[in-house]
Amino acid sequence: MKFDVQDCTLVGKYRLTPTIYDFRLKNSQLAEITKPGQFTHVLIPGKTLRRPVSVCDVEGDIIRIVFEIRGDGTRILSECEVGSVINIIAPLGNGFNIPKDKKTVFIGGGIGVPPMLYCAEQAGSNSVVINGFRDKSAVILSEDFKKTGCRLIETTDNGTYGINGFVTDPLKEIIDDIDVIFACGPTPMLKNISILAKAHNKPCFVSLEQRMACGIGACLGCAVGIKKSDGSITYKHVCKDGPVFNSEEVDW
Amino acid sequence: MADLSVNIAGVEFSNPIIAASGTIGFGHEYGELYPLSVFGGISCKGTTLEERLGNPPPRIAETSMGMLNAVGLQNPGAEHFINVELPWLKKQNTVIIANAAGSTENDYCKITELLSDTDVDMIELNISCPNVKAGGAQFGKSPQSVEKITSAVRKYCKKPLIIKLSPNVSDITEVARAAECAGADAVSLINTLTGMRIDINTRRPIIKNVTGGMSGPAVFPVAVRMVYQVKKAVKIPVIGLGGISTWQDAVEMMMAGADAIQIGTVLFTDPYAPIKISEGLHGWLDTHEMKSVTELTGTVITD
Ligand SMILES: Cc1cc2nc3c(=O)[nH]c(=O)nc-3n(C[C@H](O)[C@H](O)[C@H](O)COP(=O)(O)OP(=O)(O)OC[C@H]3O[C@@H](n4cnc5c(N)ncnc54)[C@H](O)[C@@H]3O)c2cc1C
Ligand SMILES: Cc1cc2nc3c(=O)[nH]c(=O)nc-3n(C[C@H](O)[C@H](O)[C@H](O)COP(=O)(O)O)c2cc1C
Ligand code: FES
Repeated sequence: MKFDVQDCTLVGKYRLTPTIYDFRLKNSQLAEITKPGQFTHVLIPGKTLRRPVSVCDVEGDIIRIVFEIRGDGTRILSECEVGSVINIIAPLGNGFNIPKDKKTVFIGGGIGVPPMLYCAEQAGSNSVVINGFRDKSAVILSEDFKKTGCRLIETTDNGTYGINGFVTDPLKEIIDDIDVIFACGPTPMLKNISILAKAHNKPCFVSLEQRMACGIGACLGCAVGIKKSDGSITYKHVCKDGPVFNSEEVDW
Repeated sequence: MADLSVNIAGVEFSNPIIAASGTIGFGHEYGELYPLSVFGGISCKGTTLEERLGNPPPRIAETSMGMLNAVGLQNPGAEHFINVELPWLKKQNTVIIANAAGSTENDYCKITELLSDTDVDMIELNISCPNVKAGGAQFGKSPQSVEKITSAVRKYCKKPLIIKLSPNVSDITEVARAAECAGADAVSLINTLTGMRIDINTRRPIIKNVTGGMSGPAVFPVAVRMVYQVKKAVKIPVIGLGGISTWQDAVEMMMAGADAIQIGTVLFTDPYAPIKISEGLHGWLDTHEMKSVTELTGTVITD
């Protein structure tokens, strides 16, 4: 089984900020085969399209997802109560291939922070995590990241918590010292990280978002522009070829 | 248990549920979940002579109980379909329908000729894709143009020929009759309805192509009405689709006049829909002591 459509039981629900929720979904079959950087495609009652949400962590038979209310679908999801059944397609996408013996930096921006947790747990303690947030009220998962043993650097855009600035500021200081970059967050952030990575000749992998229908590679809906070696543009699909892409091939 | 098999233009389907073109690709992904033989047939992704990259993203927008898409006929081209996809598909124990598209009459004739020399069971002519500038919809717009393209293609077509009709016309019955007169063996309807959504925060269309094709439960009543009208207008088999998401919808579509049905968008909501729909059909037929699903077709009472 590569992936399946299954019911999960919502066994834990926590509100991390007024708009961000942490859900614990119990399903041993799906949890067992889920890798860092993969995502779930969540059925929303009353909606035609499912909502893609990354896996934040896997603990035993529990898949953890952390999501922000962005519109109607995520609002309906946030209203599910503990004990209710949530139908997901999972695990989807390629995920991050995390090398064990390299010095890795994991960078998350805003709601791109959660998927980095499962990644950081897989890496050695000589790895670094840089998480960036809008301001202090948006900071999430600090305690969880501290437990991974990785060095944790946090930034806020306005300096109300952690380092004052963007994730690229601390990245500039450590980039010469690391082997590979993994990042997830808003597109402008990913683009800036990829420019920096290229300038320092470091491999960089980014997790992209696109509007999805099937979530499994059948409908060709979730296209992203990818540069071919001859410089021409082709399309790949976030749900099947991604969501993780080598930043060099992305047509920013 | 009742018999779910149907015969469309001489082709035997084990059940009347066909996967709609463009929603199942070439079957690999849904084939990870269940054997593709749960479908009576599969209409493959719209295929053109040459590979097409498709439209720039975003290609998808949600609507109330439905969606818009502007994939733009992204496909690997006829040669890849025939040499790589078809041999695998033919082993899946389901009817394989090629969905053919093009920009010119000549394209349609050529691809039909190519596909006629393969193992595909049927050819569905997509003259109704609203998402490409030169992609066929102009051939589906009027009875005259439908008649012209159908008779041109007919000369090259050695397989049962399905003409897929666009709902974006003023009188669907005239278009269906034109297809029948020009030699179509069956019609399928409806393709998507042209729609548009705007992101009010950016004032930009959500879909990069500006407009997209609308599908899903919201279009179901339109599809039922059109199938009902077309069934009365033609003698050839009618394949009904557009927004079917439950077995009850399937029964309704058949009562309206469909000899077989296709399901598309519901696969995105519930990939297991084809299995649930065939179970539901069995249940309904048994409860009503019907021996064959064909007994449902066109049984709506309108007096
Ligand atoms: C691979 C992937 C992983 C993701 N992981 C997370 C995560 O871990 N946590 C989290 O909070 N969010 C995540 N997102 C974004 C999340 O999918 C959207 O915020 C969500 O779909 C919005 O739905 P809505 O109904 O609340 O918003 P609406 O704007 O009402 O949604 C309307 C439609 O647009 C789509 N849509 C809107 N924004 C996005 C977006 N950014 N990406 C893709 N589709 C979108 C919706 O799915 C829906 O079909 C992820 C997206 C992708 C593609
Ligand atoms: C993502 C997507 C891609 C589609 N691609 C094609 C296509 O290549 N050829 C075609 O004839 N119809 C295509 N269609 C139309 C469907 O086959 C079908 O006519 C339509 O979606 C209505 O049925 P539904 O509501 O069950 O989805 C596509 C529809 C969707 C949603
Ligand atoms: S959402 Fe269908 S191909 Fe990615």
